[in-house]
Amino acid sequence: MDHRDKPGGDDRQGFWGTQVTMTDTTASPKARGKKRAISFEWLGVAPFIVFAIMFLILPTLYLIGAAFVDQQGNFTLDNIWGLGTPQIVAAYWISIRISAASAFIGALIGFAMALALIRGRLPGGVRSTVMTFSGVASNFAGVPLAFAFISTLGRLGLVTIILKTVFGFDIYKAGFNLLSFWGLTITYLYFQIPLMILIIAPAVDGLKKEWSEAAQTLGASPWQFWRYVGLPILWPSFLGTLSLLFANAFGAIATAYALTGSSLNIVPILLYAQIRGDALQNPGLGAALALGMIVITGFANVIYLVIASRAERWMK
Amino acid sequence: MKPSRFWPWFTLLLGASYFIIPLIATFEFSLRMRRGYYSFDAYLSVFSDPRFQATFGYSVVIGIFAIIVGVLIVVPAVYFVRLRLPWLRPFVEFLTLLPLIIPAIVLVYGYIRLYNSSSLIPFTGSALGTDVLLVFAYVTLALPYMYRAVDTGMRTIDVQTLTEAAQIMGANSATIIARVILPNVLVAVLSGAFLTFAIVIGEFTIASLLNRPAFGPYLQNIGANRAYEPAALAIISFIITWGAMGMINLLARFAPRTSARTD
Repeated sequence: MDHRDKPGGDDRQGFWGTQVTMTDTTASPKARGKKRAISFEWLGVAPFIVFAIMFLILPTLYLIGAAFVDQQGNFTLDNIWGLGTPQIVAAYWISIRISAASAFIGALIGFAMALALIRGRLPGGVRSTVMTFSGVASNFAGVPLAFAFISTLGRLGLVTIILKTVFGFDIYKAGFNLLSFWGLTITYLYFQIPLMILIIAPAVDGLKKEWSEAAQTLGASPWQFWRYVGLPILWPSFLGTLSLLFANAFGAIATAYALTGSSLNIVPILLYAQIRGDALQNPGLGAALALGMIVITGFANVIYLVIASRAERWMK
Repeated sequence: MKPSRFWPWFTLLLGASYFIIPLIATFEFSLRMRRGYYSFDAYLSVFSDPRFQATFGYSVVIGIFAIIVGVLIVVPAVYFVRLRLPWLRPFVEFLTLLPLIIPAIVLVYGYIRLYNSSSLIPFTGSALGTDVLLVFAYVTLALPYMYRAVDTGMRTIDVQTLTEAAQIMGANSATIIARVILPNVLVAVLSGAFLTFAIVIGEFTIASLLNRPAFGPYLQNIGANRAYEPAALAIISFIITWGAMGMINLLARFAPRTSARTD
C-alpha cells in the first residue's frame, strides 16, 4: 500500500510520528460516576475496537500463527526454514534492493525539491501547486502508473522513441528494460518523491528563519549553516521518512504486477501467486512469506517512529 | 549576498519534468490508436466498453459504502476518545497506523484464510459476503487517513463546550454526535471521504484476490490485452485522482479557521 498524507494538512504533529500527549481539558468533569454515560461512551468506541480486532489484529495474528504450523496443525519451524530456498531469498533480496533504491533516491530528490520549494524564495503559487500535485502523484500509484510508464519508457514509449529517432540512442539496446530493477525503481519514484515532499516539507518549514540569520550574522557561509545547523536538525526527519518510503515500496504490488505480470520475482508478487495458488502450494510457506513482509515493514516503521519522536523536539 | 534563484528553479523544473513527461507521453500514446493521425478513439473504445461501466460503477458503490462505514466507525470513536477516554488515545492511534505497517496483500491473505467458507464468519462463502468483506478491507486501507482527517477536524472545534451545551438542552449522545458534532466536522469528514475514494477506486490487490469485478482488476486486464486503451485509462484515472484531491483542497477553504484550543 501507499502511504499518503493529506495535501495541505496543516498541523505538524506527527501523524506518522508519536501522538500529542493529551494533558488537556477534555478529561471531563462530567465523567464522575454516571454508569449510563460510561456504558454509552464505550458503545461509541466499541465499533472501532471490534473492527480493528476483526480486520487488523486477528488476520495478522492468524497468519503469524499459521507460519509456525504444519498442514496437520502441529508446531513446526519448517515454514520459516522454507524461506531459505534460493527463489524466496532472491525475491526478498530484489524486493529489498528495489525498495531501498527507490526510497533513497526518492528521499534525496524529494528533499532537494522541498528545499528548493520552501527555502528557494520562489513565488507563493509555486509551492501550493507543487504540494497539490504531490498529493495527487503520491496517490497515483497502482495499475495506471504502470500504464503511464509503459507509454513513456516502454519499447514504444514516447521518450524511448524520441531518444532513438532524434538522438540516435536506443535505451533498450543499451541494456535498459522497464521490466527490471531500474525500470521498477524509476517507476516507483513517481509516488516516492511526492510522498517525501509531503512529509519532509513541515520539517523544512520548521527551520526557523532566525537560525540562518543568526548563522549569517556570526559569519557562517551557507555551506557552514547547512553543515552545522540545517542538516543536523533535518537529519532525523530525513532518515525517518526514508524508512517510511522503504516500507511503502516494499508492500507495493499493483504497479509491479501490471508492469511485469508475474515475471519479476519480488516478494509481494510471489505472495500474490501463492494466494492465487499458482506457486509454492503450501499455505504454511505462504504465511511465512507474509510474516517476513510484516517483520521487514514493521521494522522500517519502528525506525521511523523512534526517529520521528526525536525529530519532533525541533518542530515546536 | 543574496543566493540566486537559479538553483531552486533548476531543481524544481528538473523534478517537475520527471512528473510531467510521463503524463504527456501517456496522453500522446492514448491518441495514437488510429494510424497516421491523433484521435480520441481509445477513449471512445474505453467508454463504450460495458465492462468499463460495470466495473467502474461497482467500485464507486463499494467506495461509497466504505466511506459510510468508515465515518460510522471513526467519528464516534474520535469523539469519545477526545471527550471521555483520552487514555485510550495512544492505543487507538496505534491501531490506525497498523494499515500502514501491514501491507495490503498480507491483510487480504489473512482475510481469505480467516473468513473462508468453512469458518465461523464465512465472508468469502457468498458473493454478497465477499462484497461486504471488500468494503471492510477498504475501510481498513483508508483508516489512517479517515482517522487523521476527523481527528484534525475535531481539534479545531470545542467538543467539550458543544457537548455540554447540547446536554443542557436535553440531547443524548447519539443526537449530539449526529446533529452537533458531525455538522461541525463535516468538512474534515468529506476530506477523508474523498481521500478514501481516491485510494479505493482503482485498488487492485485486494479486489483481485477476493475475485470481485472491480475497476482495478479490470484495469489490469485491459493492460495485459490492449495497446492504447491502457494509456487512455491511465489519463482517466489521473483525472479522477486529481478531482478527488482538488475537492479536498477546495473543502479546506471552508474549514473553520479558528481553533477552540481543546489541546
